[in-house]
Amino acid sequence: MAEFLFEIGLEEIPARMIAGAQAELERRVVAMLERERLVRAGVESRGFSTPRRLAVTVAGVAERQEDVAEELVGPSAKIAFKDGVATPAAVAFAKKAGVAVEDLKTVSTPKGEYLAATSVKAGRSAAEVIAAELPKELAGIYWAKNMYWRAGKPERFVRPVRWMVALLGSEVVPVEFAGKTAGKVTFGHRVLFGDGEIAVWAPGTYVEALEKAFVIVDVEARRHRIRKALDRATRSVDGLRWREDHGLVDKLTHLTEWASVEGSAGRDSVVLGGFEAAYMELPEEVLVTVMRDHQSYFAVEDKAGSLAPHFLAVLNMEADEAGLEVIRHGNARVLRARFNDARFFWEFDQRVPLVERVKLLESVTFQKDLGSYAAKSERVKKVAAALAGLVVLRGAAVDVVALDEAVVLAKTDLTSELVKEFTELQGVVGGLYARAQGFSAAAATAIYDQYLPKSMEDSVPRTVEGAVLAIADKADTIAGMFGLGLEPTGSKDPFALRRAANGIVKILAESAVALPLTLGEIAQAAAGHKEELVSRLEVFLAERLEFYLREVKGQAYDVVKAVLAAGANDVRDAVARAEAVTSVRGSDDFAAVSAAFKRMKNILSQAGEKGFAAGAVVDGALLTEASERSLAERSAELAGAVKGLREQGRYAAALEAIATLRPQVDAFFEAVMVMAPDAAVRGNRLALLERVLGDFSGIADFSEIVTAGL
Amino acid sequence: MVLDKKKALTFQELLFTLQRFWADRGCVLQQPYDVEVGAGTMSPDTFLRVLGPKPVRIAYAQPSRRPADGRYGENPNRLFRHTQLQVILKPPPERVQEMYLESLVAIGIDLKEHDIKFEEDNWEWPVGGAWGVGWQVMLDGLEITQFTYFQQCGGMDLDPICGEITYGLERIAGFLQDVDSIYDIVWAVEPDTGRKVTYGEMRLAEEEQFSAYSFDYADVGRLWEHLNSYEAECLGLLEKAKGFEGMETLELKRFPVLGAYELALKCSHMFNLLDARGAISVTERVGVMARIRMLVVGVAKAYAAQGQMLNEVAKEGVAV
Repeated sequence: MAEFLFEIGLEEIPARMIAGAQAELERRVVAMLERERLVRAGVESRGFSTPRRLAVTVAGVAERQEDVAEELVGPSAKIAFKDGVATPAAVAFAKKAGVAVEDLKTVSTPKGEYLAATSVKAGRSAAEVIAAELPKELAGIYWAKNMYWRAGKPERFVRPVRWMVALLGSEVVPVEFAGKTAGKVTFGHRVLFGDGEIAVWAPGTYVEALEKAFVIVDVEARRHRIRKALDRATRSVDGLRWREDHGLVDKLTHLTEWASVEGSAGRDSVVLGGFEAAYMELPEEVLVTVMRDHQSYFAVEDKAGSLAPHFLAVLNMEADEAGLEVIRHGNARVLRARFNDARFFWEFDQRVPLVERVKLLESVTFQKDLGSYAAKSERVKKVAAALAGLVVLRGAAVDVVALDEAVVLAKTDLTSELVKEFTELQGVVGGLYARAQGFSAAAATAIYDQYLPKSMEDSVPRTVEGAVLAIADKADTIAGMFGLGLEPTGSKDPFALRRAANGIVKILAESAVALPLTLGEIAQAAAGHKEELVSRLEVFLAERLEFYLREVKGQAYDVVKAVLAAGANDVRDAVARAEAVTSVRGSDDFAAVSAAFKRMKNILSQAGEKGFAAGAVVDGALLTEASERSLAERSAELAGAVKGLREQGRYAAALEAIATLRPQVDAFFEAVMVMAPDAAVRGNRLALLERVLGDFSGIADFSEIVTAGL
Repeated sequence: MVLDKKKALTFQELLFTLQRFWADRGCVLQQPYDVEVGAGTMSPDTFLRVLGPKPVRIAYAQPSRRPADGRYGENPNRLFRHTQLQVILKPPPERVQEMYLESLVAIGIDLKEHDIKFEEDNWEWPVGGAWGVGWQVMLDGLEITQFTYFQQCGGMDLDPICGEITYGLERIAGFLQDVDSIYDIVWAVEPDTGRKVTYGEMRLAEEEQFSAYSFDYADVGRLWEHLNSYEAECLGLLEKAKGFEGMETLELKRFPVLGAYELALKCSHMFNLLDARGAISVTERVGVMARIRMLVVGVAKAYAAQGQMLNEVAKEGVAV
């Protein structure tokens, strides 16, 4: 048994691809070793990476594959030997099995004596297998974007391969890939260590050997060091703390090979810099975007949580205080230039107020067949007005004047220099400009929030006006694209329509003030009189509701199906019903009633197939059995109570009430044969089942609930 | 220990030093191309020389015009016309990144005193059917270089591929001299008097006037006429280029594909002016870009075909 180490050295890998590639390399190497019978299943392995390398170690690799013995059965003994002499049939079989003729055996089978042989497939050495198989695994690694670099273009990879290390124990495995042959030489940090070669003598010394060369190959260790270095640098000014940003920590972890630890001779790898307080006049959103998205700097806040005029830069370097001062100065200079740009754009944009930009939207294309953003704004205006009308009608407060202003101005920031420069701030900039230009807070906030939620983790618009604008905008986009036949297919969703529809569902489910709007009404408002389009949109939105219930709310598959079968139009209601079903589904009574309802549904569908008609109403006079009378009576009593509870939204209580029907349901199926020979009796019993299902399926179609084990 | 401003290279010394550095590594120094281009990549010394199998090492400074980026000389960080130092290495040597880092040392950047990161940045020029993968090189948070492995050009796969290093000279000079405005960069120092000639002295008037020209003065109707007429001339040549097969060797050799490329570049510049002038609606934009793409890609294909046919003729000549 030996430990195996493989490292592939590359020119800087894009940060966004490293984590996935590290995991894939580890998975592929382990799977290959398992497939080749060189490790047992579930063997211990570790993955490593920096911007310039991917690596994996696997413990307990066998030195060779075990020989595999296989029993082969050949021709019948009668044919194989004539007078004790081997015939050509025996010779051919021996050759095929790879054994001498003398080593052939016979076995008894029901058909008589047959020739047999134990064929042994010799195992290959681990080094031989790895050298043969690993290059294929490397070539198979997925890269979002890869490149050619060698003449004749023999292979594509994310970036040029510079070196490889492959060690099985202390022995080099000469893996060949991309014109390189693996050895035991790796390289350290370009600047902190320099160009010198580093020999790795055994897999166990890999991490340590590189740490001495200023490379921390363990990603989590590097991440931890970076976080600590951020803490240290922030502490140098009293009362400051850095704004947590997991995405940025992750990015910088994959942009660096080294990070300092405390007390490394006063050297450190994060600098805290400052910027002039005058820039604080710019909106915080702009400052933070410049720092985070454009410079990869962390924002810093004071004790009260307000943005402080500081930034933190994470280096792929370490230096003493004098050295850090040089780097701080350089970074501060760049940030100043960026802020100057932003201020220039901000001031420049104020020369043309948003109102005057409305006209400019005519020359900004939304989509070539759907026209300009001016046309889109006109459509969104109608959709928003229709939705706001419904909301008001149902008693919720909407500032329609503010909503109207917000819709008209919503897209005007697309013509601003600031948004052209910082596209991720679309909407936000419009909201800030609207506020600066004297529009009401309601209008400004609605504009600001119009693109929310950007993901399922994001928050929803804070106000009713913002929510209506966001829904109308998204619904118009979806309706427009569907109208052009550009709906998403399979994994392809180039216009992010699923995300838009997910956003609509999330807003309806999570807005601070409930919006009394159904998915059907939204589809209707966006697609107008085009009935076929309306129904396609309804189906699409219902799918996204299903996604929301399952992926965001974590509801079980069958619960979601049951709930949506009883209605998929009212998002908040569907969420409440799903939660209620989940809360009661564990009880025996509920499971039994669900099973019974499924049986009822099956009976009704069988009756339908056989052409047996159900009575129009349940006729008391035809209820002959005691148990069917008691089901009819009890269910009729319960129906009223359940209806009342449902109307109050007390779904869990309603479901508990339905579950109390279990004794009557059980007794009914115990004693009554629904498919009675007498047509009138049968029809009446079918009518009873229909009534029970109808009365109690308003919250969920229980027949969809999986009740295995009962 | 802030950067020693006195020792910092002047703008022209920066250019000399980088040119010397790359000349010492086998690059032929070319002069800037004398037709308006938006980037050093568009010079035929890059765009056309990357095509075909012939190895190339070439370096040149290229003034690059982007009319829409003009700010009347009021913005200290933005220019209508900036200078790129373009280095083309086909095929790229194995240690091209290390060579590049040595060039930074040559211009006075001690790598041990700064933070350098290679961050993913893929370059693309859709109009030229050209793209590559690579990095923006960040020096203490400042993007100083675009480093690209060219993969495709004129819609054609490159083999061998090509390494392209594009230094932003103004940014680097501003960094070395530690000035906050491009216009304060010292371009040269008069040896006798020590008088400093600044970037502003050399270029501010140009920024002011060309910003005004491209934003306020340029005659939209005439720009369209220019665009259409350059396009017609280019298309005429491309049409004739379809007859390569029937041409005598001399005629083929003299066929002005290079002239057609200049005409395509002219169209591209007219487009940029119209765009800065706000004269191209978004709907029109796509269409005009497609027209120019047809010219640029058409020229690249003709250039490759011409080169290949002349190569074959040369080989046959030897055989006979």
